[in-house]
Amino acid sequence: MIYWLLFCSFCWVGVFCVGGGYASVPLIQHQVIELHHWLTMPEFLDVFAISQMTPGPIGINAATFVGTKIAGLGGAIVATLGFVTPSFIIMIGLAKLLTKYGDVGAIRGILNGLRPAVIGLIASAGVMFFTLAIWNTQKIPNSLASTDLSGLLVLTLAFIAVKKKIFGVIQTLIAAGILNLALAFIIK
Amino acid sequence: MICDKDFYWKLFKSTFLISAFTVGGGFVIVPLLKAKFVDEYHWLDDKETLTMVSVAQSAPGVVAVNSAIIMGYKMAGMSGAFCATLATVLPPLIILTIVSYFYSFFATNHYVQLVLKGMQCGATALILQVMYDLLKKQWKKRVAFPIVITIGTFLANYFFNFNMMYIVLVDALIGLFLLQDKKYD
Repeated sequence: MIYWLLFCSFCWVGVFCVGGGYASVPLIQHQVIELHHWLTMPEFLDVFAISQMTPGPIGINAATFVGTKIAGLGGAIVATLGFVTPSFIIMIGLAKLLTKYGDVGAIRGILNGLRPAVIGLIASAGVMFFTLAIWNTQKIPNSLASTDLSGLLVLTLAFIAVKKKIFGVIQTLIAAGILNLALAFIIK
Repeated sequence: MICDKDFYWKLFKSTFLISAFTVGGGFVIVPLLKAKFVDEYHWLDDKETLTMVSVAQSAPGVVAVNSAIIMGYKMAGMSGAFCATLATVLPPLIILTIVSYFYSFFATNHYVQLVLKGMQCGATALILQVMYDLLKKQWKKRVAFPIVITIGTFLANYFFNFNMMYIVLVDALIGLFLLQDKKYD
């Protein structure tokens, strides 16, 4: 049955997808293209293009897209559910272990090593997103010729609004979206 | 913390909206959840949030979903975990189902692109604020080792493109052997 097959496929991806973000891509490719022939390679590449510009993690997006393609809305739900189920079980288990053994010397040491690492990863995401928003590239560019001025303005204003606590998280996201659209009209 | 109907509604609504408006996926949503749950609602503190994200990062699955599960669980047990997970997964599910029918319109419409681009800038501002705040607090503590780990992780990930899994593993080993003392908490 197709629903069960979809569920199992994405469960498998969910279990072996270690390392976050793009780690899921080759796994999904294996299941969806090589094993089950649900999508062709160009269709699969479309999933990426869409994932870049729609909200949500790429794994969930791919699950939804593939599910819809194969078995409609039901397929999308089943595939997403399959992808999330292993995460759910593993994370609840880890949360329980954390409450129980979080204070044991070795575990404490590991967590003390990981917490600053998360700050480093957030910083990395911050810089990457900054260059992506202003120069449309993930790395720091060689020249400033391609600077997106309206993007820079929106970013600066949003940052001030957040810093001065004028806007909350969600208001900031919505206001920035609207402002960028409005700017395009004003500049034109 | 009081986990009444009001709390669950707030948890669901805020997580749903953050997930819906955060373009770029993956790790990006984590600082935004932090900004909401820690800085705005004061449901969690910095340290426990960083601990949970580090666990979420090391476990299989998507970081955004893993973080939502463990944060929800920490705040309100199983029902909190269900609530946060559903709220994280529903927006991409709904949006992508719609988009998959109107792909060409979505990909080429200039106005849609402008709004998405603006939202991306907004998300960037929020990440930079969270990053600034965390770095400042860490610097103020004046403990050398964690600062070195943060810088090392940043360099390895951003400039040298090392696999995230190996970076996290190395950091965990450093912690295991060198950072068991309470002053690193």
